[in-house]
Amino acid sequence: MNKNEKLELAGWVIAEAKKNGADEAAVNVNNSREIEIEFRERKIEKLQESTQNGLSLAIYTKGRYSNNSTNDLRRESLGRFVAESVAMTKYLGEDPYRSLPDPKYYKGLKDIDLKNCDPGYQQVTSDQRVKMAAALEDEALSLSDRIVSCSSSFSDGMYESVKVHSNGFEGSSRSTFFSCYVDVTIKDDQGGRPNGWDWKGGRYFGDLPEPKGMARFAVDRALAKLGQTKIESGVYEMIVENRARTSLLGALQGPMSGRNLQQKNSCLEGKLGQKVFSDKLTVIDDPFIEGGFSSRLYDSDGFPARRRVLIDKGVLKEFVIDWYYSRKLGVEPTGGNISNVVFELGNRSLDEMVKDMKKGILVNGFIGGNSNSTTGDFSFGITGTLVEDGKLIKPVNEMNVSGNLLQTWSSLIEMGNDPYMYSSLRRPSMYFKDISFTGV
Amino acid sequence: MGKMTRREFMVAGARGMAVVSIPLIFKVDPLAALTGPAAGSMELSDYYQHFGVDAEVIRQVMAAALAKGGDYCDVFFEHNVSSSIGLEDNLVNQAFTNVDFGVGIRVVEGEQVGYSFTEEITPKAMKLAAKTAANIAHEGSNAPPAELKFHGTPSYYPIQTSWEDVGIDSKIPLLLKLNEKMLAGDPRVIRSQVWFQDFSSYVLIANSAGRVACDFQPMTRMFAFCTAEENGRKEENYEGIGGRRGLEYYTPERIDRIAGDAVRKTVDLFKAEPIPGGEMEVVLAPGKAGILLHEAIGHGMEADSNRRGESIFADKIGKKVAENFVTIIDDGTIPNYRGSINIDDEGYDTEKTYLVRNGILETYMHDYISSVYYKVKPTGNGRRQSFRHVPIPRMTNTYMDNGPHTPEEIVASVKQGLYAESFTNGEVNIGPGDFTFYLKSGYLIENGKLTKPVKDVNLIGNGPDVLTKIVMVGNDLKIEEGGGTCGKGGQWAPVTDGLPTAKVSAITVGGSST
Repeated sequence: MNKNEKLELAGWVIAEAKKNGADEAAVNVNNSREIEIEFRERKIEKLQESTQNGLSLAIYTKGRYSNNSTNDLRRESLGRFVAESVAMTKYLGEDPYRSLPDPKYYKGLKDIDLKNCDPGYQQVTSDQRVKMAAALEDEALSLSDRIVSCSSSFSDGMYESVKVHSNGFEGSSRSTFFSCYVDVTIKDDQGGRPNGWDWKGGRYFGDLPEPKGMARFAVDRALAKLGQTKIESGVYEMIVENRARTSLLGALQGPMSGRNLQQKNSCLEGKLGQKVFSDKLTVIDDPFIEGGFSSRLYDSDGFPARRRVLIDKGVLKEFVIDWYYSRKLGVEPTGGNISNVVFELGNRSLDEMVKDMKKGILVNGFIGGNSNSTTGDFSFGITGTLVEDGKLIKPVNEMNVSGNLLQTWSSLIEMGNDPYMYSSLRRPSMYFKDISFTGV
Repeated sequence: MGKMTRREFMVAGARGMAVVSIPLIFKVDPLAALTGPAAGSMELSDYYQHFGVDAEVIRQVMAAALAKGGDYCDVFFEHNVSSSIGLEDNLVNQAFTNVDFGVGIRVVEGEQVGYSFTEEITPKAMKLAAKTAANIAHEGSNAPPAELKFHGTPSYYPIQTSWEDVGIDSKIPLLLKLNEKMLAGDPRVIRSQVWFQDFSSYVLIANSAGRVACDFQPMTRMFAFCTAEENGRKEENYEGIGGRRGLEYYTPERIDRIAGDAVRKTVDLFKAEPIPGGEMEVVLAPGKAGILLHEAIGHGMEADSNRRGESIFADKIGKKVAENFVTIIDDGTIPNYRGSINIDDEGYDTEKTYLVRNGILETYMHDYISSVYYKVKPTGNGRRQSFRHVPIPRMTNTYMDNGPHTPEEIVASVKQGLYAESFTNGEVNIGPGDFTFYLKSGYLIENGKLTKPVKDVNLIGNGPDVLTKIVMVGNDLKIEEGGGTCGKGGQWAPVTDGLPTAKVSAITVGGSST
């Protein structure tokens, strides 16, 4: 389906929905093509190729709301799908806040190229894909005799969608994505099997780095875990490496959402405009980064993309409030989706910051754990390295880091100069003081 | 967007869970056969009609799949209709529905897999997908089976009223009742949210060994989320139930119980204070704490990570890994539980598999590929999220058998420790064996008695190490009623865990370190 066919289908579904009694409707139509190649023991272990289609229909009728999706896009089936969706919706409770957004909020949709789509996507050959995956495994295996298992993969996809609202919004998007991955497991002398991995991705095939560096990185990370243990519980300094999972940052998103604010599940309620975090923390939502992993021209409400400062030097500037919860809360909507996130960077590298640590833990990965959006309490498992007097002493694992979001983000003392580019959250390494770790 | 690392994790239901699904007044059958018999009494011919295929068409698809060689192929048809309904601010004000329909075709050569799927079930589209999957194979060509022989299955999930026969108007009162009970449960309750989900899946599986099987798989869940306020302090908690059940499952007594549990577990938290964390004795309450088994041993016992040498259990079969009174089982045959399956997604029989018997590690959980590799019979653990995914070894219902101790003596044996009652999520890094599970609520144990409530701390340990530290096992096995959803290799699967009261002599608990 090309863009015009998708738009035509969306228009037809909206007309059918209205014919069946819907007041308003919103339709998304999408299709994608994906290829994945996994390599192992110098053979292709898995080769998967597929195309798929989908359609979702949101129905608004006298404050009643449902959202329905299907992958069967033949007109006859769709006709029945729409009729039954509308019929079902009539049984729901009447919610005065449910409606499509006021069309005045659709204004300002930009027509710019975000460089989300590789024009050469169709020219990438299966030979190139296989070569990349094979090279990753080959390189990794050549780097250490301790490796007991190694696999690698290459995948790519092309995604197209349109979005049409019955009260005047129309948008479309098209993007491509390429990624590769390698992981290795090594055996230590005690029978443990530490592992290391690397993942890189980008909108353009040309964004992918050389396999050599990735393989080296994965193997080094596994080797660095040899002899890892838990250490004594205590209050330590902490540096979170930019590459580590975003557990701590992610925990900030819940309390900032309109839904949690309205449902009284936010530890940030009533704190708008106040300085609640360290003045080192400036968080910017930027949907316009060329080739960014979450770059876009409009959000799920159909609001035009907007660059915005969410946290400015520790001051909470803006909550993340979509159309529905803005009406429930009686405030202006700010946009309910976060896109790419960038930070105000510091001046020093990770290595330079580590040199300043007296007694701390350099966290390079989070495992499990969770946070409570109502109270801000969190607790996560970690892996990392013990640092004393600026020196890396030994690898640690099986420890927890716990605290409260407000307190911990106030203990941030420095941002690194090293944003992580392989994520929509382009966070640098971050340095905190007085953090509670539990181990032995 | 990124590929998941080899970390496996489990989410036992949470706010904002995936909400793509469809109410079953939608008797949507995209291929027209609509007036068939009730789902539970359908026969193979009904499934053929449902998917608009017959044995000959499937054989032709297999012929295309094996046209370039390959040891084995299978064809997996699936039609899933699902529905989620939400209550917020005393209104059932949102419904989400989904229809999903398609067929996946897999070609296997040794441990190599070629896979493709199509959402269009026509002979032409299926043969095209088969041709794509066939690219994995290298030499010659193989013939499809001469005939497909029907493989019957037991019925591990008998239900009275299928969700396909239940309109949304019959579900809405369940949510309203639960909401009303929660709000009336305690004056401190300020908000309640309810999520309800149901699924009905039809699957038809055929393989090149000539087996064809079919199954109807019902599923439902309901979650009660509660927020309460006392002197300006707010707390939240939730409770969930479900399984492969029909409408009859939601009795007034059950609704009362889940409302009561959600409220109690929320208001109890007002008494909770930060605890000093660190290594301590932990008593696992019966039921939900079975997530420990899932993470500490379950994933490491799935055959794929052992075949690849990644698992810390790769060289431990036949070895003693726990005390004599520790027996751990994966059992997909327990009636109506969330992880139960009549037949796995490769068409092999489900069974009760002893992973650890009397402290000895006995067997892995297998799918077809690993069973050929290890030259054993499949254990019925080949599962997949949908027709879009290849089957891989997965757990079903995983639990520890009863042991020699009573719950009372177990708690009484602890001077200073933690009683861990309910959990929201866990995760394991299979290679090193590090695993975590997140405690939503529990109690401190002081001098053999439960004292202050405890909340929101992570527990972390090492799988093989923690197994050796299970020093007491109670006689009160409880399999968790709600169950969870397990993620592995980018695929989700419904599972349940269970445990009698059990004591771990030392595990690292999060909390303040001063």
